[in-house]
Amino acid sequence: MYKIIKKEMLTPTICRMEVEAPRLAAAAKPGQFLIVRADEKGERIPLTISDFDTTKGTVTIVTQPIGASTTDIVAFEEGEAFADVVGPLGNPSDFIEKSPEELAASHFIFIAGGVGTAPVYPQAKWLHEHGAKVDVIIGAKTAGLLIYKEEMAAVCDNLHICTDDGSEGFHGMVTALLEKLVNDGNKYTQAVAIGPMIMMKFTTLTAKKLGLPIVVSLNTLMVDGTGMCGACRVTVAGKTRFACVEGPEFDGYEVDFDEAMRRQGQYRTEEAEARENHVCRIGRGK
Amino acid sequence: MANRIPRVPVREQDPKVRATNFEEVCYGYNVEEAMLEATRCLHCKNPRCVGACPVGIKIPDFIERVKDGDFSAAAAVIAEDSSLPAICGRVCPQETQCEGSCVLGVKGESVAIGKLERFVADWTREQGKAPAAPAAASNGRKVAIIGSGPSGLACAADLAKFGYDVTIFEALHRPGGVLEYGIPEFRLPKDKVVAAEIDAVKALGVKIELDVIIGRTVTIDSLMDEEGFEAVFVGSGAGLPRFMGIPGENANGVFSANEFLTRNNLMKAYRNDYLTPIHAGKKAIVVGGGNVAMDAARTALRLGADTTIVYRRTEVELPARKEEVHHAHEEGVEFKMLTNPVEILADEKGWVRAVKCIQMELGEPDASGRRSPVPVEGSEFEIPCDTVIMALGTSPNPLIAKTTDGLEVTRRGCLVADESGATTRPGVFAGGDAVTGAATVILAMGAGRKAAAAINDYLSGK
Repeated sequence: MYKIIKKEMLTPTICRMEVEAPRLAAAAKPGQFLIVRADEKGERIPLTISDFDTTKGTVTIVTQPIGASTTDIVAFEEGEAFADVVGPLGNPSDFIEKSPEELAASHFIFIAGGVGTAPVYPQAKWLHEHGAKVDVIIGAKTAGLLIYKEEMAAVCDNLHICTDDGSEGFHGMVTALLEKLVNDGNKYTQAVAIGPMIMMKFTTLTAKKLGLPIVVSLNTLMVDGTGMCGACRVTVAGKTRFACVEGPEFDGYEVDFDEAMRRQGQYRTEEAEARENHVCRIGRGK
Repeated sequence: MANRIPRVPVREQDPKVRATNFEEVCYGYNVEEAMLEATRCLHCKNPRCVGACPVGIKIPDFIERVKDGDFSAAAAVIAEDSSLPAICGRVCPQETQCEGSCVLGVKGESVAIGKLERFVADWTREQGKAPAAPAAASNGRKVAIIGSGPSGLACAADLAKFGYDVTIFEALHRPGGVLEYGIPEFRLPKDKVVAAEIDAVKALGVKIELDVIIGRTVTIDSLMDEEGFEAVFVGSGAGLPRFMGIPGENANGVFSANEFLTRNNLMKAYRNDYLTPIHAGKKAIVVGGGNVAMDAARTALRLGADTTIVYRRTEVELPARKEEVHHAHEEGVEFKMLTNPVEILADEKGWVRAVKCIQMELGEPDASGRRSPVPVEGSEFEIPCDTVIMALGTSPNPLIAKTTDGLEVTRRGCLVADESGATTRPGVFAGGDAVTGAATVILAMGAGRKAAAAINDYLSGK
């Protein structure tokens, strides 16, 4: 069993949990994800790793209730334990293979949207610790939904905030802010976008316009996360790839986002039914 | 003198009823039926059935005990060679192995060896009279098994009997591999049969650690260098699904049989109390002709879809077990033979609406002796559907070979191993689908047992 050591609400719905998983924590690298199964009857839910602590043997996940299974995950309390936490899954980010010289010469711009902000953190932290220059854009609908501001500020050179309603930072979307930063003369060598599929699609279009290479982290449907099911099929550069074992990070220019978004909604009807019929079992009979 | 009666028929759930539930199709023999069927064995001097069994079960010996009504003794005979009899009695391709070489089968019907094996295993389990595990003195030496499927379980059981300290590492959240995620409940009950036989392996002292992905969570190198495992058996199976590579295959509603079956078997999508979503649709097309295709089709049917199997050869060439094909027919699965998909057609929302197929005909025999199908030009036609399930076979997961130094693979991604299971890296052995590509439960078990003997030899000489 995988015990929850610490739980905190980052916004009224987004929750951060630190979970005991020593083998996973010892092996995790930036860019990888894990799978949580809350209890015996829950789904296997892929979540990006938001942090890992080898000494404590813990991993950190950040999630919000979207379907029945994520609602169950968020309902767990400190001291309780998930049935399964497995990983790390997927390939680490490409940059961990880079030489110190290459890293010193690079200037990353991360574009983080919503819950996708959390997995940007270990990447920014790793790059910052290894001598790369790192800027981060965090975008949200409104100020109250911004997460990881202080954490991120500590591991990057420049933190940029934007909100759709202008309640904090730049008034507008991440794409407009990215364009502004580049037009202001910032010379980035690599962009990385993590967030909702639609946000990654438009950020990629903007990056392309700006001539900026961009990596995206695809949060596709998955069952096992080890290459067995093929639910995570995405078309990249005209070829079918499995996001779980060949990703989750791909060159944004090459991803067929429209197909990826369509495939993400594949079980929407079935999921809506599950939600309607779902009686939360968490906390019962304990 | 053997009893010259026809093969004793086995009772099954009514096809119309079972097409709507996931309970086991075959009820198996009762005591009287089993004892009667056992009287048919000729007790050949050179029993060909034993030679045709990949694990060499002493078939006439156990059947003799069944005839005498001494079922515990029969179970003990089987246990000498097989650790998973209730499973093998259900899923082995007996018609090409033991029963296929039974002398009675030449002119009439072979002895129902599979059904008798199943009876013995079920009876002893239900009566609580399963053969007691022989207590082996522990030698304290650690061996790691990767994967808790048939080859891993068989290898682990034998090694534990030799006295080794055995740990199985399983990537999924339940042990059993293909027995758990692949073969459906109606063919192989999970709690009653699979879990019970795995518990019997655990009773030998074998430990199972779930949620560990070799190559990601830990590596073979770290197990051997840091955790003190002196030898490793890789029984990681063939888990990667193949697709056809035809246009439209990524349309919504097109699934691998692996995904479809994993959702239903491992993740229990057919039960209302589980959250797992599954999409069988109203009209499902299953592409392929093996056991997995039959399993997927019969699952889709049970979930309420009109189901058709399309296969590029004829029914004679179907690689599935005869019993599964027969059951699928009985339950109302349609078979469209000599048919091959060339394109998946989607509606404006990206959901599959039809499969475009081409008519095939049988041409010259290929290297395997089977006549290879060739397309009939201009014969394309559409089959309307809202679900397509691809059951085209699987290949081994490259993760382990990629993350282990000195482990060679073939062009087809299979691990290179000799007869005994020894790989190109000293101390690392492999067997089952990871070496052969997708095959059967019993062949995997046979490979696991051979490797256990080889690991014992290797470590004894060390």
